[in-house]
Amino acid sequence: MRYGGGWDPAAPAGEVPDLTNLLENLDMRPFTTRAAACIGILLGATGTAHADWAVNMPRGVTPISRDVYDLHMLIFWICVIIGVVVFGLIFWSILRHRKSKGAVASQFHESTTAEIAWTIVPFLILVGMSVPAAKTLVEMEDSSDSDLTITVTGYQWMWHYEYVGEDVEFYSKLSTPRTAIANIDAKDEDYLLAVDNRLVVPVGKKIRFQHTSEDVIHSWWVPDLSVKKDAIPGYVNTNWARIDEPGVYRGKCAELCGRGHGFMPVVVEALPEDEFQQWLEEKRSAQQAAAGGDADRVARLSGQ
Amino acid sequence: MSAVIHDTDHHDDHGPAYGWKRWLFTTNHKDIGTLYLFFSLAMFFVGGLMALVIRTELFQPGLQIVDPHFFNQMTSMHALVMIFGAVMPAFVGLANWLVPMMVGAPDMALPRMNNWSFWILPFGFTLLLLTLFLPGGAPAAGWTLYPPLSLQTGAAFPFAIFAIHMLGISSVMGAINIIATIFNLRAPGMTLMKMPLFVWTWLITAYLLIAVMPVLAGAVTMLLTDKFFGTTFFSATGGGDPVMYQHIFWFFGHPEVYIMILPAFGIISQIIPTFSRKPLFGYSSMVYATASIAFLSFIVWAHHMFTVGMPLAGQLFFMFSTMLIAVPTGVKVFNWIATMWRGSLTFETPMLFAIAFVILFTIGGFSGLMLAITPADIQYHDTYFVVAHFHYVLVPGAVFAIIAAAYYWMPKWTGHMYDEKLGKWHFWLSTIFVNVLFFPQHFVGLAGMPRRIPDYSLQFIEFNQISTIGAFGFGFAQLLFLYIVVKCVRGGEKATSHVWEGARGLEWTLPSPAPYHSFETQPEVK
Repeated sequence: MRYGGGWDPAAPAGEVPDLTNLLENLDMRPFTTRAAACIGILLGATGTAHADWAVNMPRGVTPISRDVYDLHMLIFWICVIIGVVVFGLIFWSILRHRKSKGAVASQFHESTTAEIAWTIVPFLILVGMSVPAAKTLVEMEDSSDSDLTITVTGYQWMWHYEYVGEDVEFYSKLSTPRTAIANIDAKDEDYLLAVDNRLVVPVGKKIRFQHTSEDVIHSWWVPDLSVKKDAIPGYVNTNWARIDEPGVYRGKCAELCGRGHGFMPVVVEALPEDEFQQWLEEKRSAQQAAAGGDADRVARLSGQ
Repeated sequence: MSAVIHDTDHHDDHGPAYGWKRWLFTTNHKDIGTLYLFFSLAMFFVGGLMALVIRTELFQPGLQIVDPHFFNQMTSMHALVMIFGAVMPAFVGLANWLVPMMVGAPDMALPRMNNWSFWILPFGFTLLLLTLFLPGGAPAAGWTLYPPLSLQTGAAFPFAIFAIHMLGISSVMGAINIIATIFNLRAPGMTLMKMPLFVWTWLITAYLLIAVMPVLAGAVTMLLTDKFFGTTFFSATGGGDPVMYQHIFWFFGHPEVYIMILPAFGIISQIIPTFSRKPLFGYSSMVYATASIAFLSFIVWAHHMFTVGMPLAGQLFFMFSTMLIAVPTGVKVFNWIATMWRGSLTFETPMLFAIAFVILFTIGGFSGLMLAITPADIQYHDTYFVVAHFHYVLVPGAVFAIIAAAYYWMPKWTGHMYDEKLGKWHFWLSTIFVNVLFFPQHFVGLAGMPRRIPDYSLQFIEFNQISTIGAFGFGFAQLLFLYIVVKCVRGGEKATSHVWEGARGLEWTLPSPAPYHSFETQPEVK
C-alpha cells in the first residue's frame, strides 16, 4: 500500500519521523500548466470532487457542541434583529430624508432620553446573552471525572496520540498524496482531511484531552466536537468531549505552525464501546509486539 | 516684542521650497500630511498586491503559484504593511492636514519632530520589505509573531524587529505631536468640548498610541533577546511561557485595533452631519463613548486568546468586558443614524462612503459581538470567520473612512473638485466587491476553514473562488481611486472655500486650496 505522504506507517511509535521534507519535493508543474488549470477551473471543468457547500457551523455530535451551536444561532438571530432595525432606519432615512425630495433638515441634536435608552437596552440584551454563554463556558471547562484520557501532542507537522494508562500511542499524519496537492492527481472527498492513523475513541464516554506540543504552538480542532485548544510547548491544556454518535469527525490544526500548517489534519473515529475496546486491544498488542522487535512475525501469525 | 510682530507680517514670503528639498526638509504640516497620505497609498497597493497573491493561491485547492512558506510570508507581511504602512500613516496624514486647520493653529506644535516622524517610515518599510529577499524570506509567523514559531524566522528576524521599532518610534512621535498641538495651539474660544470630533478621536487615539507602542517594542525586543542572547522569556525550558508573549502582544494589539478605528469614527462624525445638513447628534455622548471604548480597549486583550488555556474566571472576565464594548460602539452608530434622521440628505461620494462605513462596520461589529461569546469563539477562533470580521471593520471600516476623508477634504487640499462621476463609480465598485470579497469568508470560516492556510479541503472551493474574484475587483477599483486623486491634484473645477453646503468647522473658513501657511493669526471661536 502506497502512502502519499511518503512516511512509513509502520514506523515504531515513539520515534519522530523526519518531516522536514514534508513538502520539499512537491512536483510543481510549470506555470503554463497551472495557468491552464486556472482557466479550466474558471470554465467549470474541474477535475476534483466537490463536497457540499457549507455555510454554517456544524451542530456537532457532543452535548457541548450543540450548546455552542445554539448559542451561536441565538447571537446570530439577535444580531439579525438588531441589524434589521438599524439598517431599516438608515435606509428609511436615505429614502425619505433626501434633499432631492424636498426634505428640510430639522436641527435637533440632543436627547438625553434617547441616549439613556440606547445605552440601557443594549446593555440588557448583553446581560441576557451572557447568562447562557457563561453557563456553557463553565461546562466546557469542567473536564473532571473523565473515563479516558488522551494526550495529544503537536509536532511540525503531525499529531501524536497517547492513550494514558493504556500503553497505546501513535503518530497521525496527513495521508493525502502529494500528487493531489500538486494538482497532478485528482483530489478526493477527503482531500487534506485524511490521515494514516485515526484517533479512535469510544462513544458515550467522557474523553479528556491533554494538549501539549514538542515544538511550536499548534491548536487541535475538531468542529463537530467543539473542541479547540492550543498545544503549547512546555505546558499542558485540557478539554473534553462526550461523543454521542459513532462516526468519523475531521478537523485541522488551527494555529499557524509554519510551512505545513495547512497539512496536519485531525481525524477522530468514534466507535461503540465494545468495538473501541477491541481496537484498543489489537493496537496494544501490535505495538507491544513491534516494540519487541518482532512486528512481522506477529502480523503474520495474527493474519494481518 | 515688536520684532515678533514684524516677523509675522512677512508670512507671504514663506512659500514652499522647490524640488525634492521641499519634501525632505519640510516642517509644514500640510506637506507632511501629503507625504503621509501618499506613502500610505503606496503601501496600500503594496499590501494589496500581497493580498492578491494570497487570494490567487486560494482560488482553487491544491498548491498553484506559491510555496506554503512564501504564502505565510505574504499573510504576515500583508498585515504588517496594511496596519503599519497603510492605515496608521493615513490617519496620521489626515491628522497632520486637519488638526491644525480644525483647531485654528498655524502648524503642528513640533514641526521638526513631525518631519522626522514621517521620514522614519520609508526607511522602516524599506527594511521590512527587503526582508523578503533575505535567506529564509520575510517573517512568516503571522503579524502577531507568536513564539516559538517566530523564533524559527531566518535572517529576516532582527531586521523585521528593528523595522517594527522604527515604526513604533514614528507613531509615538506623531502621537506626541498631535497631543501637543491639541493642548497648546487651539484658537481662543476653542474649548475642548467645542473641538470637532475628528480632533477628539485623534486626541484619544494619540494616548492609546503612546500607551501601547512601547509595549509592542518591549515584546519584540524580548523575542530578539530570546533568539540571540539566550534569554527564555517565552520558553518553558528556561522557566518562561510562550503564552506570556501573547498577553503582552495583545495588550498592545487590542488598543491597536482602536487606534485604527477611532479616527475613522471621527471622520464619519464630520461627514455625516455635513451631508445631512444637521449638527451631529449627541456630540458629548460621542466624546464619552470614544473615551469609554479607549478605556475598555485596555481590559479586553485576552479575548484574542480564548484557546490558550486560561482559568475559567479569566475567560469570564474577558468575555464580559469584551461584550461591554458593544454599548459605546452602539451609541456611536445610533448617534450617526439620529444625525441622518430628518436631515436633508445628499449623496456625494464622501457621504456614500460614510453611509457604507456605518452599515458595513456594524456588520463587523455584529461578528465582533459573536466572537466575544467565549464558547462560540472556541469554534470561530483562528478561522476565516475571524478574517471576515476584522476585514469588515478594517476595510469597509477604517479604509472606507480614509477614502471618505480623502474625497471630503480633497477640494480643500487641492483647490479642485474631484470628478464626482468617477468618485461614484469608485464607491459602487468598491462597495460591491468588498462584500463579494469578504462576505463569503464568514461562511467558510463557520464551516471550518482555518485562517493562514495555503490550501484547503474541497467543501470550501466555491466561496473561496467568489472571494478571490471580489479581491481582484476591489483591487482594480482602487486603481480608479489613484486616477481620481491624480486628476484632482492636477486640475478640475475650482473649489469654493466652503466646498460643501452643510460643512461646519474652521477648515472651511480657509480658501481652497488652503494656503501654505494658515491661521497665522488665530481665529476667534465663539
